[in-house]
Amino acid sequence: MTMLSFGQALGQALDLALNMDETVFVAGEGVGTSIHLDPNLPTFGLLDKYGARRIKDTPVSEAAIAGLAVGASAMGLRPVVEIMFFPFITLASDMLVNHAAKLRYMSGGKSSFPLTVRVKAGVGFGAGCQHSHNLEAWIAHSPGLKLAFPSNPADAKGLLLSAIFDPNPVVFVEEMMLYWMQGEVPEGDVRIPLGKAAVVRPGTDCTVVTYGGAVHTALQAAGVLAEAGISLEIIDLRTLVPLDEGCMLDSVRKTGRLIVMHDATRFCGFGAEIAAIAAEKAFDALKAPIMRVAAPNIPVPVSPPQEAVYKPGADRVIAATRILMAR
Amino acid sequence: MQNGALNPEIRRELYAGMVLIRKFEERLIELAKEKARVVGMQILAVGQEAVAAGVVKALEPEDVIVTNHRSHGHLLAKGADPKRLMAEIMTKATGYSKGKAGTLHLVVPEVNAIMTSTIVGAPPPLAVGAAFAQQYRGLPNITVVFFGDGAAAEGSVHEAMNLAALWKLPVLFVCENNVWAGAQCLAEHSCIEHIVQRAAAYDMPGEAVDGNDAEAVYALSVRMANHCRSGRGPALIEANTYRMRGHGEHDHGHYMDKAVLEQWAGRCPVRRLQERLIAEGILSADQCEAIDAEMTAVVNDAVAFGDESPFPAPKAALQDLWAM
Repeated sequence: MTMLSFGQALGQALDLALNMDETVFVAGEGVGTSIHLDPNLPTFGLLDKYGARRIKDTPVSEAAIAGLAVGASAMGLRPVVEIMFFPFITLASDMLVNHAAKLRYMSGGKSSFPLTVRVKAGVGFGAGCQHSHNLEAWIAHSPGLKLAFPSNPADAKGLLLSAIFDPNPVVFVEEMMLYWMQGEVPEGDVRIPLGKAAVVRPGTDCTVVTYGGAVHTALQAAGVLAEAGISLEIIDLRTLVPLDEGCMLDSVRKTGRLIVMHDATRFCGFGAEIAAIAAEKAFDALKAPIMRVAAPNIPVPVSPPQEAVYKPGADRVIAATRILMAR
Repeated sequence: MQNGALNPEIRRELYAGMVLIRKFEERLIELAKEKARVVGMQILAVGQEAVAAGVVKALEPEDVIVTNHRSHGHLLAKGADPKRLMAEIMTKATGYSKGKAGTLHLVVPEVNAIMTSTIVGAPPPLAVGAAFAQQYRGLPNITVVFFGDGAAAEGSVHEAMNLAALWKLPVLFVCENNVWAGAQCLAEHSCIEHIVQRAAAYDMPGEAVDGNDAEAVYALSVRMANHCRSGRGPALIEANTYRMRGHGEHDHGHYMDKAVLEQWAGRCPVRRLQERLIAEGILSADQCEAIDAEMTAVVNDAVAFGDESPFPAPKAALQDLWAM
């Protein structure tokens, strides 16, 4: 194990993949030469090590970047392309939703598209709604795309390695606020399978199902509630597609209470799917209604006090838990 | 690399190739009237055969094509089996994609027709990706992408051309200008009369050609394919032709001028080449009739194969999404 930042852990996964497999290449806006000179950014140093043949800085052309990934993967390469900010994925969405996701199906299973789209996400850096907008529910709603959303350095590395070597298209969400977070990371090619959630804090009274940076907010709430004698079990989904239903349903059956939490907006958010699955498959175990802790249905505001209203904090998890425990 | 010389063998093959496409699509006109036999839209390129035949004849088997919703001619020219193509159009289990592509999304990776998209303007970025893979691997092959004058208005086409030219990717962009984008004619949907002008904006060679002259299309395609193959980057061909039917068989073209259609009917690429080859003694009238009969038989067999083939199992719809 080595202590690494989340961004460095991602960089190590890219480095390993490039090193292990000649078919892997990295492309995107500023993946070679970035405006930032920060070793915590995942692609830092790759251009020096692998050269311009494999580390491709692209024009500002999201549709072409995604098309590059789809077309090159159809020919057997393993592209890892970057979309600079999550809202910009809308410009690449035709290539992802209509092509990466569907071309294999329409070929009758003949073709495959082993591509990875790394997308930088996150709320809380004052950039506003055209740079901050978590659209994971859009991606998850397109059959044919896998979706990973790690919360810590070790998972970031292990999931990215799995994504790159998965035979299917994977959208890999990197929360930028986590890039500087330190954590123990196993050395070498240690992969975390897509579709396996983790119980990051065991508990008995109420389950919180969440992913990405929100996991840390939930853990903070769990610490506070523990002092009041309330035990939260925190499930980190790690991948949204495929979804580890078993892990979350086992937890709900144990605790009888469920809070679904994410930084994305509540209405038609990914939490709605989690809540629906729990209601369909673990209704008998529920002692109280399912609650969602999510952003209000507005674009991400710019002003810090307003952004704080948007992004769910530990206080809201605590409040939701208290409501459920009172029933 | 081909030299583009029009020897008798190539000329006869161009002709026979066009006859096959024509017979195949003429049969689809009939079948489209029977909803029980072919579902969905039948989007045909009757009258545009010279583009498919001429461009693809200029390619090597390992060269890749990326096509669009009007794909039958491109795929037949590339060597797709008419039986499996027809079965796929009929959405039968024996079709190339086990009935999951239908007429619109036909792909035949077996002949390096690896991707097809009916999203107008999507094929060029896909082709850029395929050509990148060819360049990355140091292959001597190129990728040809077929798109229409309508697609030329899509932003994705511009992104693709810029990236292809910037990275000197071996992409041959073939704009099959059939003058119509749905019910809008070129003057109504394009600010320029000649799509080939766009080549200058991306610093690539661009040439227009009579898209109803298979030999001219072939000769230009060889030259442009050789340019792409030589590592000098992409090129653009604008093949000027005309959409002789509606957008699809469900569209009866009420907005099209009959006199213009008649004028273009007089430039039928199949008949033009036939007359030329007979006049020059490359083919006799009898040989032409024999080719006609041969291709009719091929299409008859294809339709019979499609008719006899079973539909896929309903629940097979749940398969083929994920690669394992």
